[in-house]
Amino acid sequence: MTNSTSQAEIVRQSLKRRYRKERRFRAYGIAAIAVALTALVVLFADIIGKGYTGFLKTTLTLEVTFDPELMYLEDPTDPAQLRNGDYLAPLIAALKKELPEVSGRRAERALKGLISSYAASDVKDLVAADPAIMGTTQRLTFLASDDVDVFAKHRDDASYSIKLTEQQQAWALTLLERGIIENSFNDVFFSNGDSRDPGHAGVLGAIVGSLLTMAVTLLLSFPIGVSAAIYLEEFAPQNRLTDFIEVNINNLAAVPSIIFGLLGLAVFINLFGMPRSVPVVGGLVLMLMTLPTIIISSRAAIKSVPPSIREAAQGIGASKMQVVLHHVLPLAMPGMLTGSIIGMAQALGETAPLLLIGMVAFIVDVPDGFFSSATVLPVQIFLWAGSPEQGFIERASAAIMVLLAFLISMNALAIWLRKRLERRW
Amino acid sequence: MSTLNTSISTEQTQREAPELAPAAVQDKPEETAIEYGQTVGTPFADDAKFRLRDVEVYYGESQAIKGVSLDIARNEVIAFIGPSGCGKSTFLRCLNRMNDSIDICRVKGSLELDGQDLYDPRRDVVELRARVGMVFQKPNPFPKSIYDNVAYGPRIHGLANRKSELDDIVEDSLRKAGLWNEVKDRLDAPATGMSGGQQQRLCIARTIAVSPEVVLMDEPCSALDPIATAKVEELIAELSESYTIIIVTHSMQQAARVSHRTAYFHLGNLVEVNATDKVFTAPEHKLTESYITGRFG
Amino acid sequence: MQPANLIPLIVVLVVIAFALGYARSRALAVPMGGIKHLKSLPFYYAARAAMWCGLPALLVLACWLGFEGKVIQTLVVGSLPAELQPDSAGKASLILSQISNVASGALSADVVPPAIAEAASRLTGLQQSSQTMMALLVICIAVLGGFVAWLRIAPHINAREKFETTLRRIFFACAGLAILTTVGIVFSVIFETIRFFGKVPITEFLFGTSWSPQTAIRADQVGAEGAFGMIPLFVGTLLISAIAMVVAVPVGLMSAIYLSEYASPRMRGIIKPLLEMLAGVPTVVYGFFAALTVAPFISGLAAALGLQASAESALAAGLVMGIMIIPFVSSLSDDVINAVPQSLRDGSLALGATQSETMKKVIFPAALPGIMGGILLAVSRAIGETMIVVMAAGLAANLTANPLEAVTTVTVQIVTLLVGDQEFDSAKTLAAFALGMLLFVVTLALNVIALHVVRKYREQYD
Repeated sequence: MTNSTSQAEIVRQSLKRRYRKERRFRAYGIAAIAVALTALVVLFADIIGKGYTGFLKTTLTLEVTFDPELMYLEDPTDPAQLRNGDYLAPLIAALKKELPEVSGRRAERALKGLISSYAASDVKDLVAADPAIMGTTQRLTFLASDDVDVFAKHRDDASYSIKLTEQQQAWALTLLERGIIENSFNDVFFSNGDSRDPGHAGVLGAIVGSLLTMAVTLLLSFPIGVSAAIYLEEFAPQNRLTDFIEVNINNLAAVPSIIFGLLGLAVFINLFGMPRSVPVVGGLVLMLMTLPTIIISSRAAIKSVPPSIREAAQGIGASKMQVVLHHVLPLAMPGMLTGSIIGMAQALGETAPLLLIGMVAFIVDVPDGFFSSATVLPVQIFLWAGSPEQGFIERASAAIMVLLAFLISMNALAIWLRKRLERRW
Repeated sequence: MSTLNTSISTEQTQREAPELAPAAVQDKPEETAIEYGQTVGTPFADDAKFRLRDVEVYYGESQAIKGVSLDIARNEVIAFIGPSGCGKSTFLRCLNRMNDSIDICRVKGSLELDGQDLYDPRRDVVELRARVGMVFQKPNPFPKSIYDNVAYGPRIHGLANRKSELDDIVEDSLRKAGLWNEVKDRLDAPATGMSGGQQQRLCIARTIAVSPEVVLMDEPCSALDPIATAKVEELIAELSESYTIIIVTHSMQQAARVSHRTAYFHLGNLVEVNATDKVFTAPEHKLTESYITGRFG
Repeated sequence: MQPANLIPLIVVLVVIAFALGYARSRALAVPMGGIKHLKSLPFYYAARAAMWCGLPALLVLACWLGFEGKVIQTLVVGSLPAELQPDSAGKASLILSQISNVASGALSADVVPPAIAEAASRLTGLQQSSQTMMALLVICIAVLGGFVAWLRIAPHINAREKFETTLRRIFFACAGLAILTTVGIVFSVIFETIRFFGKVPITEFLFGTSWSPQTAIRADQVGAEGAFGMIPLFVGTLLISAIAMVVAVPVGLMSAIYLSEYASPRMRGIIKPLLEMLAGVPTVVYGFFAALTVAPFISGLAAALGLQASAESALAAGLVMGIMIIPFVSSLSDDVINAVPQSLRDGSLALGATQSETMKKVIFPAALPGIMGGILLAVSRAIGETMIVVMAAGLAANLTANPLEAVTTVTVQIVTLLVGDQEFDSAKTLAAFALGMLLFVVTLALNVIALHVVRKYREQYD
């Protein structure tokens, strides 16, 4: 027993050192989790911090007199005159009324720098829609220029460079104090397509493009994925072909997404001569990309249906196909749906393959069909993030928030479905 | 074994059990009732290594051990028997706090090893387990070499200062486990390549390499064939000279062969503790009798 | 008629075929004394009619849509006058894009040669007649198919068996699509790659240390040849992937260990979904974060430390990619660690080992093969990652191991070379496919090895 007692003593003496190591190891674990969570928090804080101003637009509200003389527009019903009218002049005049100290041609040109280049065409649209407006005075709200937009939102932020001259800044400040320039909710962002002008650019085109693309992806990949999973789980004989299919699926799940872009470019566009930049081709490429994910999760769902159910149905004399369609499929459906939603979320956030099939084009119009040129939300973010204009950075962040909102709701739906419909055997 | 206390059983309705006969089948059901925390036979000892009083174990809401009181004497071999799910393994795992790793498991009552509380919050689990080793139901050698398996414990506890000392410990442990002659030429071979019986004896060697005072064995032979079982049983008999051994077994023959005392568990109750030959020839409690005559198991 | 409208129409026809088939089979059963005298349930006769109606029509539709574009292009180009006939594939695509721009109204018909304007109107005409023909053909096939199947409804036919056989074949075809996709990938990269090696020697591509694919427009320009050595790209890819792994492996592995061995179930329930959120963030968002936040921060920090850092450093892209891969490593390691049997844990703890000793000396060595497999998968992911590097790494092909310098990667070059208008036979465009081939081969090899290792590992403990 003395031997054992002395050993107990040795063990006791070693404990302090060993517990120090234990604590250190534990601390490494906590540090690792802290690093990961910090990264998550910084990422989200950065995007929200950069992007919340993207949901604000900067507008000017002025009493605008539609003076025919000033606008060179005697007869607003004459298309030729309508085309050549000066629609900026009344806006400048209205601004000058607010800033009486402004005089001279050069100062007027500087004033022009406060107004969005699209404001004039808005005025033109007003006149074209209602010629009787000529000669009246209206209270109009229109977009300020990008430089004013940046100034109004970020004049205290060192990371933004203010492009306005000293004089323009003074004017803008005066107008801001008087409430003529103000920030409000950016409805333009949700009702427009892309634009060269950040103030006029919106995500509607990209959202519609994404929805069209996702519709193609979902309509093809869900039935095909489920069918493939059923075949592999229920019907496939044990042979080399089946093995080969399985190996293919597992490997395709890990092939870089950009390779699918190359496939789309070479096969759909060059071989089949399908048009570039259209949701159908994008949807096809994303379908091929998400298919392995859907097949793998659907197979897991089918596997989780207990064999006793199959045996019970077969015992009554149901054919294999009846067993699958009447019993296995309905029971596996929640799991399949969950997997498909997660696959769709992946596809919705995917960018790289779509770049190669030309969905990076600059497209102003909101797409109106599966064969019209379109871009998608993540590509829109990519395009804006690479733009030199400062106003696009905050819009890219805002678009990221829109994209994340979509993804979070899809994942929430998947979790809800799983919670709601999952059956425990 | 010389100093077993007399019974303080309160079960007065007991009578002399009949011979191991099917007569037991005719017993009335109420006679098999168990009173909470009551044990017949000789649960207490003078020179107790473990002194366990009113031990209760809960898994979440359900109670797995119901007020068990028992002494385990120095250098005795005690066998825990009982139908599956009776709590004998749970009880065993309390003795070196292996239940700690199960989140929902709670242990109540007084459990003392050499007069020190096992579940004292200041008590060191690592030190406790170095003193109370355990051998599991399924052989669980680490996926390392035979040598490294046995040397693992001494290494982590720093029991050897030099390589030669470690070699000695390994050889000594393997000899005690009766494995030395079979493996001395292939100490570097992976332990997972050995036969089941060899693996289990290796696990025993691994346990005794840290020179524990008590060895807990949780159905050590249930995964082994009869020949391997015989070897392990032989080993237990030899080890009983220097260690306190507590063995859980589902085989009554094994309990009869290796143990000095036998404790019968039933649905979380410790029903009877007696000298092994008494339990198997003249059980005091109806339930024990039913069990050893094979009415349930 | 737009194909998008054609599909609902086919669906309607299929429903009608089903209803008619159902009615006919029931009607046939009445004189025989009820549906139990039919070989199959009316549902199966109806389903068979619906299948005959829908399947051939959809197949024809898909084929038509697939080949329509190419056929029309060939017809239009073929009808051009001889002097406008393109002599190279590059010219052809140029002329085609001109024609289609005129046809879509993006380019005014006044500014192009009359032959092109004529071709444009021919293109519009062909497209319209093609759509009409397609619609007619598809509807005819649907109606005809449905009618034939309807006629063939007879009590002695085992419709269930036939329906199930067809369905099974469809299921098989869907599963076979995986093979088709792989074949498609291999062929789409292999042909262009072979053509590329016809222009640029394979040795130069594999061992050249200089990459500047800008082939000149005029032959007499300086550096007109372009250089296609992929070594700098590959080194850049490896550098960024290595930085990513330096971040992701320790963080991912340690968080997996902490979560599986130490964390309470409550904590695990909170932290795990949060980590998985990192995996759900689209890569373009990481790219944005890397390019606009991390890269400026790093170059600022380097400047403060007196170091020279490029605005698009490998470090920024690598760090952010590492963050992206953390959940990947941690969930794979978590699986692998949990696959180590509890009995090994118990065995070590019962000997008096602490939890960290058990982890370091028993669980980790036992799980090592599986963890290595997971890490290989993560590496393959890092190598194939595109958006982060496109946005945050540079375009300059520097052969360097300095993480503060700008490097470019294989994926960045593929995107750069293929985005925008391309001529399909220039070495520049073909180089992108050669790079794609390289990427595919490398990631495929990594995946095959990793999946094999992981499977072997799992079998060991099953």
